[in-house]
Amino acid sequence: MTDPAIDIEAAEFAWKDQELLLAIPRFTVARGERVFLKGPSGSGKSTLLGLIGGVLTPRSGTVRLIGTGLSGLDASGRDRFRAEHLGFIFQMFNLIPYLTVRENVLLPLQFSSARRQRVANVEPGREALRLLDALGLAGNGLLERPVTQLSIGQQQRVAAARALIGRPDIVIADEPTSALDTDTRDGFLELLINECQAGGTTLLFVSHDSSLSTHFDRSIAMSEINRTPSRAN
Amino acid sequence: MATPTLNLALKSLWNRRVTALLTISAIAVSVALLLGVQKMRTAARESFANTVSGVDLIVGARSGPLNLLLYSVFRVGDATANVSWSSYQKIAKHPDVAWTIPISLGDSHRGFRVMGTNGSYFEHYRFGGTHELRFATGGPFHDLYDAVLGADVARTLGYKLGDSIIVAHGVGNVSFAEHKDKPFRVAGILASTGTPVDRTVHVSLEAITAIHIDWQTGMQAPAGFRVSAADARLRDLTPDSITAFLVGMRSRVMTFTMQRAINDYRQEPLLAILPGVTLSQLWDLVGIADIALMIVAAFVVLAGLLGMLTAILTSLNERRREMAILRSVGARPRHVFTLLMAEAGLLAALGVLAGVCLTYLLLLAGQPVLEKRFGIFVGVTGLSEYDLAILGAIVLAGLLMGLLPAFRAYRNTLSDGLQIRV
Repeated sequence: MTDPAIDIEAAEFAWKDQELLLAIPRFTVARGERVFLKGPSGSGKSTLLGLIGGVLTPRSGTVRLIGTGLSGLDASGRDRFRAEHLGFIFQMFNLIPYLTVRENVLLPLQFSSARRQRVANVEPGREALRLLDALGLAGNGLLERPVTQLSIGQQQRVAAARALIGRPDIVIADEPTSALDTDTRDGFLELLINECQAGGTTLLFVSHDSSLSTHFDRSIAMSEINRTPSRAN
Repeated sequence: MATPTLNLALKSLWNRRVTALLTISAIAVSVALLLGVQKMRTAARESFANTVSGVDLIVGARSGPLNLLLYSVFRVGDATANVSWSSYQKIAKHPDVAWTIPISLGDSHRGFRVMGTNGSYFEHYRFGGTHELRFATGGPFHDLYDAVLGADVARTLGYKLGDSIIVAHGVGNVSFAEHKDKPFRVAGILASTGTPVDRTVHVSLEAITAIHIDWQTGMQAPAGFRVSAADARLRDLTPDSITAFLVGMRSRVMTFTMQRAINDYRQEPLLAILPGVTLSQLWDLVGIADIALMIVAAFVVLAGLLGMLTAILTSLNERRREMAILRSVGARPRHVFTLLMAEAGLLAALGVLAGVCLTYLLLLAGQPVLEKRFGIFVGVTGLSEYDLAILGAIVLAGLLMGLLPAFRAYRNTLSDGLQIRV
């Protein structure tokens, strides 16, 4: 249990023969740690998230998540690893529009038996409700509502519940609050962090808005970890 | 993992239900057309093959088998020569022959052929397997100048029992030589058969002799030499010859022997044909039209499936986000692939299902009309193995077409990764 949640070492990424997009000498996130990663667009953070998500592979170097080297897995192995260990929250439009709140939240369980196992002792709908409630979303018949009827703030809570269900080891949030107003944003952030804390989940929170960094254990800038020649400043 | 993807495909389709419904309808209509053509084709073929049944041999003067079949059964074309009464009698009295139906053609009534025959026709003629001739009203001819009309004749010309009709000499639509002096009375009207019987005016053989008694070489004798309708009754009206006759054998086994005997008949050049064999030869000629129909229907199905392909392909771009979200929650590229395959398969399968329902609905609604108007009996039967094979092929074709969007989505998914492209 001593392996860090995220351990990137000497990783470089570039599309085929194009210029280097990312060069990370070392970046680690300890288990259970909640890290704020500040990066404007174009800083290579999408590439970094692609590497951690296992949809991109580094040209050189290693990406290890909770002790597993992603380069040792094939594409479908990385897919399976992502399904089991990672939860994602994106900027907006996170949800499948034709599914209900319940179906959206439970979606990861359909693709990962490990996450299904972790909530096996409770009825999945109840676990979804618990998460939504913890994230500040409650209401009659909430689970069966179409997600298109929800406000953006509510949608982001559903997305967070989906990222957290089945207790993945790492939750990656990519600008999840940028579409929210300040009050909603702070409330959302607080509940998200609380829920990660309660489950011992590692949280990597990416945003360009450094005013949010106070909520986190540690704050780091993209420019500190990405050492590409063109971007080093 | 097949269930979640199928479930997702269903919900995704439901989300785009208007497009999906239109796509399914297009496939359904095309499938109904194809199945309808297929059913009609079978029914038409059967109806055609059963134009005359229960007849073992058709005998006429020597010409070609198709020609003999055409004029004796379909009332198309003319005989080149007749069969002498004595030859007919000889064959009719043969111990192996159960019954015969004499046919005497050559006259017409307002475009419909007039056929001279005898009571044996109403007794032994069969069509559509075992159907006997039925009278809608009236009955067979009793008097010399009685006529029995086919269903189409009566309907087209608006005749009812007791009406008087005049037979024209020759078979032209407009004839200047008419047997005006010997009018007929409608004694019976047959029920619809869907065979050329419907388009025939039946009179007795004796009547044919009677109306021609004072005719020579296509002209009626001059005024002073004519024989009145009443006087004709007193003459010997046994015909010299008939056009053809239908033969029913006591035992089917003897048919070939009899056929050979007739074809080798020394006294007169005769031709005996097996109606079934010649009917199927004739169908090979006219059946080309239904192959053309089948091809057209197949292309309509293809158009329906191409519509589906278009609908799925156009939806792909707006669904890239959906795919990226699915990827982020753990769906693998192959899930995305099967999702789209499932979608194509579902659309095709639902389209086929709806098409089958539509076909039966139309069959049930159209069956009475088809039978009444055209005499084609289209049985509302289950799907034949051939039908099922066709339907299976359509679903398979739909799935194959699904490969294209599935592959594109698969590629998009790989290049997009978790990035949400709007």
